[in-house]
Amino acid sequence: MEKSKSQRVNITTFTEEMKKDYTILVPDMLPIHFKLIIAIFKKYGYKMELLQTNSRNVVDEGLKNVHNDTCYPALLVIGQFMDALKSGKYDVNKTALLISQTGGGCRASNYLHLLRKALSNEFPQVPVLSLNFSGLDKNPAFEITPAIALKLVYAVVYGDLLMSLYYQCKPYEKKKNATDNLLARWEHRLGKLFDDGRYTKTTSIYKAILKDFGNLEREQVKKPKVGIVGEIYVKYSPLANNQLCDFLLAEGYEPNVPGLLDFVLYCAINGANDKALYGERNKTTFLYSIGYDVLYKFQKNLIKIIKEHGQFEPPHDFEHLRAAADKYMSQGVKMGEGWLITAEMVALAESGTKNIICTQPFGCLPNHIVAKGMSRVIKEAYPDANITAIDYDPGATRVNQENRIKLMLANAKL
Amino acid sequence: MSTYLLGIDVGSTTVKTVICKDGKVIYNKYERHFSKVRETVCQQLKLIKEKYPDSSFKLAITGSAGLGIANACKLPFVQEVFAAYTAVKADYSDTDVVVELGGEDAKIIFLTGGLEQRMNGSCAGGTGAFIDQMATLLDVTPAELSELSLKSEKLYPIASRCGVFAKSDIQPLLNQGAKKEDIAASIFQAVVDQTVSGLAQGRKIEGKVLFLGGPLYFLKGLRMAFVSTLGLSDENAIFPELAPCFVAYGSALQAESIGSEMNIDKLVRLVETAKSEDNIVTGKPLFENKQEYSDFIARHSKSDLKYEDIKTYEGDAFLGVDAGSTTTKLVLITPDGKLLYQHYCSNKGQPLDVIKNKLLEIYSLANPKLKIRASAVTGYGEDMIKAGLGIDFGIVETVAHYKAASFFCPDVDFIIDIGGQDIKCFKIKNHAIDSIMLNEACSSGCGSFIQTFAQAMGYSIADFARLGLFAKAPVELGSRCTVFMNSSVKQAQKDGASVEDISAGLSSSIIKNAVYKVIRAKSIDELGKNIVVQGGTFLNDAVLRSFEKELGRNVIRPAIAGLMGAFGCALYAMEQYNSRKIISSLIKEQALKEFSYTSTAAQCNGCTAHCNLTILRFNDKRKFISGNRCEKGAGLVVKDKTENMIEFKYNSLVALQEKHTPNPKAKVGFPLALSFYDLLPFYHTLFSELGFEVVLSEQSTRDTYYKGQQTIASDTVCYPAKLCHGHIESLFEKGVDFIFYPCMTYNIDEGESDNHYNCPVVAYYPELLKANMDKLNNNNFISPYIDLNKKKSSVRNITKSLEKYNISKKQVEKAFDKAFESLNNWHIEIQNKAKEIIFKARQKNQHIIVLAGRPYHIDPEINHGIHKLLNSLGLATITEDSITHLVHTPALDVLNQWTYHSRLYKAAQYVAGQKDMQLVQLVSFGCGIDAVTSDEIRAILEQKGKLYTQLKIDEINNLGAAKIRLRSLIAALEEKE
Repeated sequence: MEKSKSQRVNITTFTEEMKKDYTILVPDMLPIHFKLIIAIFKKYGYKMELLQTNSRNVVDEGLKNVHNDTCYPALLVIGQFMDALKSGKYDVNKTALLISQTGGGCRASNYLHLLRKALSNEFPQVPVLSLNFSGLDKNPAFEITPAIALKLVYAVVYGDLLMSLYYQCKPYEKKKNATDNLLARWEHRLGKLFDDGRYTKTTSIYKAILKDFGNLEREQVKKPKVGIVGEIYVKYSPLANNQLCDFLLAEGYEPNVPGLLDFVLYCAINGANDKALYGERNKTTFLYSIGYDVLYKFQKNLIKIIKEHGQFEPPHDFEHLRAAADKYMSQGVKMGEGWLITAEMVALAESGTKNIICTQPFGCLPNHIVAKGMSRVIKEAYPDANITAIDYDPGATRVNQENRIKLMLANAKL
Repeated sequence: MSTYLLGIDVGSTTVKTVICKDGKVIYNKYERHFSKVRETVCQQLKLIKEKYPDSSFKLAITGSAGLGIANACKLPFVQEVFAAYTAVKADYSDTDVVVELGGEDAKIIFLTGGLEQRMNGSCAGGTGAFIDQMATLLDVTPAELSELSLKSEKLYPIASRCGVFAKSDIQPLLNQGAKKEDIAASIFQAVVDQTVSGLAQGRKIEGKVLFLGGPLYFLKGLRMAFVSTLGLSDENAIFPELAPCFVAYGSALQAESIGSEMNIDKLVRLVETAKSEDNIVTGKPLFENKQEYSDFIARHSKSDLKYEDIKTYEGDAFLGVDAGSTTTKLVLITPDGKLLYQHYCSNKGQPLDVIKNKLLEIYSLANPKLKIRASAVTGYGEDMIKAGLGIDFGIVETVAHYKAASFFCPDVDFIIDIGGQDIKCFKIKNHAIDSIMLNEACSSGCGSFIQTFAQAMGYSIADFARLGLFAKAPVELGSRCTVFMNSSVKQAQKDGASVEDISAGLSSSIIKNAVYKVIRAKSIDELGKNIVVQGGTFLNDAVLRSFEKELGRNVIRPAIAGLMGAFGCALYAMEQYNSRKIISSLIKEQALKEFSYTSTAAQCNGCTAHCNLTILRFNDKRKFISGNRCEKGAGLVVKDKTENMIEFKYNSLVALQEKHTPNPKAKVGFPLALSFYDLLPFYHTLFSELGFEVVLSEQSTRDTYYKGQQTIASDTVCYPAKLCHGHIESLFEKGVDFIFYPCMTYNIDEGESDNHYNCPVVAYYPELLKANMDKLNNNNFISPYIDLNKKKSSVRNITKSLEKYNISKKQVEKAFDKAFESLNNWHIEIQNKAKEIIFKARQKNQHIIVLAGRPYHIDPEINHGIHKLLNSLGLATITEDSITHLVHTPALDVLNQWTYHSRLYKAAQYVAGQKDMQLVQLVSFGCGIDAVTSDEIRAILEQKGKLYTQLKIDEINNLGAAKIRLRSLIAALEEKE
């Protein structure tokens, strides 16, 4: 049933016509991954641009345009868009915005709607596109076809590998910025591989990437690792977490950020979990479980190749994460990042990353349960786990956050 | 030349230095820095140089403001909790727990049984700075506060979570005339409670406890509160002589291994010259030049009032009094609006005394032929002043402010008033208040905040404001509540911002707070052309200018901006007199001279709410009772009681516990919390049918919260969730065999919505309880995942979860159907009751309020008796779920995916079509989902020209703000009619 919409907010449909000369703005969440994703969409005729603004005005626009009790990610994403539209840099009559939607029980599924509300006064003509896999908010000229979806999966996997290797090399590089240069080279190369269709040769590409990073000259010291888990946007976005990874690097630590594929797998398996819990079996859950199998194979293969290469630490096996979660809570906890945060904290603790920062927007609802709510039992099981929850919001200051992280790091040395 | 160890602790408010030699402290100094961080550090270093001229030092820096200096000077830094730990290990190695309260941080270190160090999160800044703020509020020094607390007789519950919350608990107590001694002790108790619940989070503070930091060292009252709450013996509560400088001592000890060695001259040079990282974001100056400033001054002087001499004036006069939260304002005017007398001052916690004295002054100054014909009062202290001094009228603040503003600008479109505690904004349409926006309890950092800040930096408010006017680079400080602003300021200081820049930055923060958080206008045009600003805070030119700059347009500020409430009252009194020729009941001079009162505290035993009452007895034997929610507390007999849905629902749920099951299999307990307020009839029938005796947890009170306080894992989760912990404890006290508390991702699908989730907290709270309450295990806590829309899997999961009671699927299936029947019957009962209440209200011509929130908002400990307040204001009350069947979901601009919330949209839609109905939304603090719903509900209502009113509720037990909103609503409705 097509739902009626109110008269209050305008919805501009993105048409085939627009596709030709519109620039689609993409919010800054995972710089590495999103650059690859933009390269893929380019192949399909979409012109996308990653926003990397981080002025105070981004936050101010957010405060002005969304309810201030809305979570920080919504505030930043919308603030960043509004800031861009008002900057004069883009022709607002030839610009569209891209935002993701998961359809889960947390507030994040409403970001798209909050964005439209924010636009309705000044920029009603700007179309908003939803990037989702659950058939929400369909747009005829922006359809996530199975072919695109599959390519996106490749982008996620390559992005994860690059991000992980970057942080495993950067703290130890002998030549300044050698790691950054290598990363830039591979971002460019992968873009080309997506262009000419050779991106499917995963095994050889993984190996080539591993070889290049393995050949970087690195110091032979061991720096303490700090794991970063948490709400997905704050965890990854440097804009949201006040350049947390850079801060840790400067303090002499190795950041360890679990990849995006975990989250994709988590979304996929939740469909299957629902079936087990509530006996629901329909076309969607069926597709989800097939999707899960495909994705999990990707991860297995990647882990195998990293292990064979022998120099770097592979991601956590997702089935292992599921088992880790089961010890503390049911996998029925599926809103926001749900049981995945608990699982990642456990997996980090047991694999030697004892220092864990759990990043979350101030007042994040699922994190009351899965992060703050579980840290006691995890600490009981791993007495030397050193977990600190850090809240992010427009008013929280960097000095306050860094002081708490420093306390955690001081503990790390005890 | 000898080498010493030097520890420098630069905190948020103080600088501490310690020198060690051979493991002994030979020198220490503690000093407030009033934000002149580097200067104070250098000063202390120079003192050291005088004492130890030819020495070299190995040094390390610590403290929250020390980090910036250490980084800038490339000096070694020790995290402060770690420094404290080092010192404790050296001198008090048998300590079990360390509690340290600093200027803005609270820390706790558990040494035995697993080392753990904790700091307060970013939303719990109430410590040293909090005590300072509270002392200012009571107009005493912190030391006097401590003295007062030792003489207390009674404790009031004060929200212990953060300064702002505590403040809104204390303010009404002050205004009601509660004793300062008792309030002082309650403030310290609040700090203790916060440390215990916010920091210890489940770990017991016991054994040998070491107390550190300035506040604990200097304030005996605070020490006593800690010792008695924790039940420590004298030998187990240690207050070291060195407590204020203990952390500096720790960093001196650390300097041994990590310190850099140098002489003082070099160090001073380093500190003085080091460039700080340029982290501060700065804005443009408020005025480009002197000319711009004088134009500004000239423009605003147009909105001055004319004066008339009270000593020579003959004729009628009208008195207006505004008994605000922190200040008291009086004006006396002539019939043509000339000022005869004006007064603005802090109420010093005793508004009644202040007003009495000022009124006496008026009487003594006035020409004998001046006749005060009528008088009116508004503000927090309205009822008390009216009762005590015989003022003729009490009016709600919004009305008073509108009256005053329209005197200056008859076509006013928008009024913004920033007072000591509140920000109030009204939009005016067709000469009536069209919508009202007030600040939330969370962002109360308004006028009194800037004042406290000025004092903390060692300035008077006027000087501090003047400094900001010509600041070259005002600092961007963000726009959140007081506590957050404190840490923003801390950061700016760290980065070397000047007092001028901070002053200007604070002014602009206050404005940003108002514009972004309270008004939330999408565009300036929404506010209209004619904007009047008022409230004492706008007398600060820096604030006024910031506002004009933020809006990009000029506004009108009357010279009596701080007196507008009182002025409006005087105008109102005049209008009333002109139309009705009343004879004023205002207290006469002679009686006023004899006027006196005593105040006592008491507790009302009229119902389970046990309101804290303050009883004022006047010298003429009359008495005035405040703090009550309903007529009972005021000692009145209740007649013609209006029924309300909240009580009906609550009572019928609680009554379920009277139903017993013969020969039960076992006793199952349900916590009277969260989703059980929605589904209790279902689960009650389900388990009764299966042969269990159903036991409900106790009815919530504040004590229920304290009972479970120790196991609350997240201090920012909503109050309804926090109460859950106490309900679990209560069930154990009642001796149940097991607790059944299912996890429910999905609620019942009531149709017409995109999805039917529960919110994450309601859905999964059992998981959190299980992980944080030691008592719970898989045997006594059964929490299967259930989706009630799916009978087959629900029956399967419930059967499986009750395996050990040998119940068959068939039995569960039968009980399941019956349970749904009960639930449906209950819904029908509610709907019928609503019909009845509406019918009766319409017969009596009452307004009907739809109190729209969550099912658990009927809990009196959560809603704090708001329904009683509604009744006492003559309003009939129904709930959102009692009318949803009458209407279809309106067109929405958000994803409608939570069951409870989809009811809100329907209720709003229904109300929008009913002339005599209004919607009041109850929002629990911390409920992020209502950030989505409230804007949407407002839009639905406003589209049909309805007012939207929101009440935020938390553990705060005071309905002052709620009362103002509700009365404003009623006043606005009356104006519209």
